Amino acid sequence: MIAPQTLLDKLWKAHEIRRDAEGVSLLWVDRHLVHEGSHHAFARLKERGQRVYAPELTFAVVDHYAPTRNRDTIAAPDIRRMIDTLDGNAQTHGLEIFGLRDPRQGIVHVVGPEQGLTLPGLLINCGDSHTSTHGAFGALGFGIGATQVAHVLATQTIPQRKPRAMRITIDGRLAPGVSAKDVALGWIARLGTSGATGHAIEYAGSAVRALSMEGRMTLCNLSIEGGARFGMVAPDETTFAYLKGRPYAPGGAAWDAAVDDWRGLVTDAEARFDREVRLDAAEIAPTVTWGTAPDQALPIDGTVPDPAGLPDAEAAKVRAALDYMGLAPGRPIAGTPVDQVFLGSCTNARIEDLRAAAAVLAGRQAKVPGLVSPGSMIVRKQAEDEGLDRIFIEAGLDWVASGCSLCVGMNGDLVAPGKRCASSTNRNFRGRQGRGARTHLMSPVMVAAAAVTGTLCDARPLLKDRAA
Amino acid sequence: MRGWDQHEGHAVALPIENIDTDQLIPARFMSTPRSEGYGRFLLHDLREGAQDFPLDRHPEASVLVARRNFGSGSSREAAVYALVDAGFRVVIAPSFGDIFAGNAVNNGLLPAALPEDMVDQMIRSLGDGAAPVRVDLEAGLIRMGGAEHRFDLDPTWGLKLRNGWDDIDLTAQHSDAIAQFAERRATRFPWAWPGAKRSV
Repeated sequence: MIAPQTLLDKLWKAHEIRRDAEGVSLLWVDRHLVHEGSHHAFARLKERGQRVYAPELTFAVVDHYAPTRNRDTIAAPDIRRMIDTLDGNAQTHGLEIFGLRDPRQGIVHVVGPEQGLTLPGLLINCGDSHTSTHGAFGALGFGIGATQVAHVLATQTIPQRKPRAMRITIDGRLAPGVSAKDVALGWIARLGTSGATGHAIEYAGSAVRALSMEGRMTLCNLSIEGGARFGMVAPDETTFAYLKGRPYAPGGAAWDAAVDDWRGLVTDAEARFDREVRLDAAEIAPTVTWGTAPDQALPIDGTVPDPAGLPDAEAAKVRAALDYMGLAPGRPIAGTPVDQVFLGSCTNARIEDLRAAAAVLAGRQAKVPGLVSPGSMIVRKQAEDEGLDRIFIEAGLDWVASGCSLCVGMNGDLVAPGKRCASSTNRNFRGRQGRGARTHLMSPVMVAAAAVTGTLCDARPLLKDRAA
Repeated sequence: MRGWDQHEGHAVALPIENIDTDQLIPARFMSTPRSEGYGRFLLHDLREGAQDFPLDRHPEASVLVARRNFGSGSSREAAVYALVDAGFRVVIAPSFGDIFAGNAVNNGLLPAALPEDMVDQMIRSLGDGAAPVRVDLEAGLIRMGGAEHRFDLDPTWGLKLRNGWDDIDLTAQHSDAIAQFAERRATRFPWAWPGAKRSV
């Protein structure tokens, strides 16, 4: 009899070519996604005089440096060069590229699933820590550094030690106005930014089953903010319905065979995890970050911590974060004025996120400026077909093209020093959105509510009698 | 990359938790070619505003002691390039971001995990100063100020650091096994290859 296996066990075994004496596995890579930041790896390949091992499994996407406006005339030579370099590398190695002028361009972790490049049972690598997003489909998706990107380019394999298995079970129903983003910020606040280091997380439970693919992607995307390189959800009918008919997904008889295989990608009933965490969905409230790490988060009706009552080391950390963020200790977080908002990123810029934000913004005016950058140009088109762009524009927000934009501050979009931004992104690190920028992470509806009131606030009253 | 067994240098403390990769190297510097050197970008924004920053006080330091979750955040290997180009060979902390630690080893930088109380002790004894330190990779020992600390390191990482191995060369030895695996996978799971592109 085969011992009961976790989803992680099954995915790992399916990709393991060999395991060395020290216990490190050599894994087969089904999809390798590269972006402008992969230039170090291509340079390394060139130094070695090597070619890409499997160009048909390697896809290039322009996202990190993609301008969100005036794409025809990129003024900054550095940005131009980064994008041209990726174009050149794709051409040299015969890779399909979703370039700046491609109507399918967007953020790599939005484009992969949208195109059906991401499928259950695959191993997906990308030189980006949010590659955990793809785990939402029951895939092994994990971020790698430049040396490893070069390794995958050269061999289509990745040496990796198997992580420990962790399960976060979320049962019950999320209240209206509460989303996957709040679930993620909630568990990270509880366990800490290194709470899941060394682990692969499987998200399970009725609240996870009830999530759309967009919600599952948000949840898996944020795994790395709690230290886990891998996040995953077992595939089900929701997964199959999302994928069917996508451009690169299998079609016809191949689709049926694939779904048959995918149905087996579940954790066996008796399988053991190294670590189990349980959350009650009903207890999760809209959550915002107050500090400079994603675990410095609290419910919107909470108060900012006061270092006075804390042990020395903790007090110093809190004081440093409050000082950077320009917040007074012990005060309610709600009511904090913001200077601007950003709706975008691989975490929360899919169509469902835009719809949710638009539900708050419809017929209302934003009190502060803001940027809405859809996760892909296809999402952008879909939103325009649904009239969402009009809602954002009429509210006074800028409706721009797709890219990583203000989540990483590489493409020229920046928050000015000392300015406060309500943001649907994934990192509130110091300087992440620009030098001295103050970032508060939250869900799309909360970003929209911050736009409407000009302050951090609970979105739920603004959603009353509206469908989000 | 050259391997190393022993390192003798000076340690300096940066007693901060969660030094993420965005702090190690702000994004705006990352379009720079590596050949220009990344050392000047290390902790750029944290250093520029601060007076008497530990790294500036002790430019000779090659061992950095920091608090938990060092190198959390993005997969940018540039964070490691900045440390290495600034002359660092070892970072000591209670824990590291997973991706950062792997990137470090791939560039000859040792991420030495020590129990939190030992790191605290080191940070206290270093204070604002720098102290001689000796790191022995094979023995897994750090000697500083008469004390000896044992660190945890994945055995494979130890081998890689000592021998300066490049994974691509190691993997090349298994090229037949890889080709056979790919063939088996393509036969058994044809759906794992991208389907014929249809119109969007």
